[in-house]
Amino acid sequence: MKLILSEEQQFLKDTALSFARDKTPVTHFRGLRDASNANCWDSSIWQEMVGLGWSGILVPEEFGGSDFGIGGISVIMQELGKTLTPSPLLATAVLGVSAIKMLGTEDHKKTYLPKIVSGEITTALAIDEGHHHSPFNIEASATLSGEHWVLNGQKVFVLDGASANTILIVARTSGKSGESNGLSVFMADKDSDGLEISKISTADCRNYANISMNNLALRQDALLGAVDTAGEIVEKVLDLGRIAMAAEMLGNMEEAFEVTVNYLKERKQFGVAIGSFQALQHRAAKMFCEIELTKSAVMAAMHAADENSNELERLSSLAKFQAGETLHLVSNEAIQMHGGIGVTDEYDIGFYLKRARVAEQIFGTSEYHQARYADISGF
Amino acid sequence: MENLELFRQEVREWLEENCPPSMRTPLVPEEEVWGGRNAEYVNPESKLWLDRMGAKGWTAPELPTEYGGGGLDRDQTKVLHQELFKIKARSPLNSFGIWMLAPCIIEFGSEEQKHEHLPKIIKGEIRWCQGYSEPGSGSDLASLSTKAVDMGDHYLVNGQKVWTSYADKADWIFALVRTGPQEPKHNGISFLLIDMATEGVSTKPIPLISGKSPFCETFFDDVKVPKENLVGVENSGWTIAKKLLQHERNFISAFGLAGGGSGSGADVVSIAKKYLGEENGKIAHPSHRDSITLHKMKEHTFSLTLQRSNDEGGKASAASSMFKYYGTEHNKDRYELMIASMGNKGLGWSDQGFSDDEQAITKAWLRTKANSIEGGTSEVQLNVISRRVLDLPN
Repeated sequence: MKLILSEEQQFLKDTALSFARDKTPVTHFRGLRDASNANCWDSSIWQEMVGLGWSGILVPEEFGGSDFGIGGISVIMQELGKTLTPSPLLATAVLGVSAIKMLGTEDHKKTYLPKIVSGEITTALAIDEGHHHSPFNIEASATLSGEHWVLNGQKVFVLDGASANTILIVARTSGKSGESNGLSVFMADKDSDGLEISKISTADCRNYANISMNNLALRQDALLGAVDTAGEIVEKVLDLGRIAMAAEMLGNMEEAFEVTVNYLKERKQFGVAIGSFQALQHRAAKMFCEIELTKSAVMAAMHAADENSNELERLSSLAKFQAGETLHLVSNEAIQMHGGIGVTDEYDIGFYLKRARVAEQIFGTSEYHQARYADISGF
Repeated sequence: MENLELFRQEVREWLEENCPPSMRTPLVPEEEVWGGRNAEYVNPESKLWLDRMGAKGWTAPELPTEYGGGGLDRDQTKVLHQELFKIKARSPLNSFGIWMLAPCIIEFGSEEQKHEHLPKIIKGEIRWCQGYSEPGSGSDLASLSTKAVDMGDHYLVNGQKVWTSYADKADWIFALVRTGPQEPKHNGISFLLIDMATEGVSTKPIPLISGKSPFCETFFDDVKVPKENLVGVENSGWTIAKKLLQHERNFISAFGLAGGGSGSGADVVSIAKKYLGEENGKIAHPSHRDSITLHKMKEHTFSLTLQRSNDEGGKASAASSMFKYYGTEHNKDRYELMIASMGNKGLGWSDQGFSDDEQAITKAWLRTKANSIEGGTSEVQLNVISRRVLDLPN
């Protein structure tokens, strides 16, 4: 495994860079926030992304995608992360596509994947139920009653839950909370009876919902894959999501850092640029090192995913951990080094801090992944 | 790629035939090979191994064959290292000559200097040491005051160097000297090669907090050095010095990885399990386990970063400051975690009450404190990153 980008990946990265600079600079996100946009993302921008083929990057060619892999989507997420571009890419093109691809029947794939590629539908994965990411602590239940599966329970903090047409719900068909066995995945239309979707308002101003299922009745073909055995694949889907998320966080920190270093060169106090002070220089240099380490961890994880390496779990946790730690540091230092204007709403740097904390929570904090890494490594 | 596999086959066969059996066993410290005129070989196979590898030029695989090097490209060198690793071959030669001096002679030396010095470095015939720091010039190296006065056919050198590793064992020294006392400090320095056997050169060892050390003080009293031993142009030695420091940093930063560096090479996880106990296969003490996990994760990302830099075709550059800073700080952290895991067993000084391994770890812990000082302190590395990578103002 060589830790460099392929030609295809470099091309996608360059395309995404231009897209983010030209179409979705941070003013784009600010506009959505100020307008209290209901989706928290712009549908015409999403259609342009679809037009570039980004919704189908993980979709096999036979279903209309390009099959460029996690490496392909990650470099796009990284560039979009630089300008805080909101879009359904993660929930739809990574989580939705991967779950359908890895769990679904041929019929599922034929029905849903082309619709995702064409931008006709977006998806959300409803998994967590508590205050912290914990993918096997699932109490939401699904029982077979006659011709239908009947689902009951609560899901929280569902990414893009307030905009997705199709919700993928992880529910327990046997066993008890905490076990990876006994989990199954179901697909439900957002307008189904018994499905209640409530948008929640978060500091990063993105799209999340709490979802409750009250005797939600679904046809048998709503079951994605086999009964009881989805746990392991859901974990793999999450790992892919973690890598893409870590890539977005890498973009967040790269931009926040660059903006901050530029500020250190421009801002004058005591008659000199504050960047000439060693107290600030050394902190900036340490951040530089941590960002370099993050680049390596993210790249190793995305290559591991695309090469089906048995190191995927460990490297995905390493990437999400390192991205979380570094983004935490950089987002805090960015505010401090900006001084007063750093805490004003008028200045963009505060957006990076708000996004950072939410991003750190998504699919497991650094603490979560540290514990997972220790267990996998046998410490 | 096909050629590379062919090369791998050749290497494998050659090693099979030429790597002596005892050179495939773990290194014992007394048998470490540094070469030189006065080298003593406890194990005769060490000498045999050095001679064979030296004749192939594989002690310096990437240097040109015309100077005795291996003439291999980057990928072939990687293959050679993989094959050596596979048979657990010992390093045939440790050499400041190869690690630091040779790249500078290649870049800045005259044709005569290349033919004179490189083959002897590569074959391990001449052992080199580095004369940089002085009592008054540590981090501010460019303020050095050892002077070399032009006497026509030779320089007359007077002054003192400090932290000269293995000066008492080396045959030659590459030293920074002041040739232009009137020039601004960076513009009055020259890079001089000096035979340690010359009259007026003397050395004195420096004991450290960890005990005995290879460090020495080196004194120059009216030492005559032939003019042809000047590398590059007079008063332009600082450029060479900076380049050489990058090579030095690259090799010190490798200490950041487990298995490198001083001491027993013991793994912090197994140390912790041994001294803190295990519960269900886990390090028994949760907060020690957490600290060690953090450390191991940092180590993992650091080694991936070294790999990425290599895959990107990384040359010595400002990035070497990052590796030097991170690697040495990480290595210090490792030994702090090790002695903390060992409790009172991590604090032994001599045989009474402590095993050899325990003492080695304690001594190594103390020795690592110098890692972030030698070759440019961590603070200097952070300055370099600030100025040269981030372009922050002075």
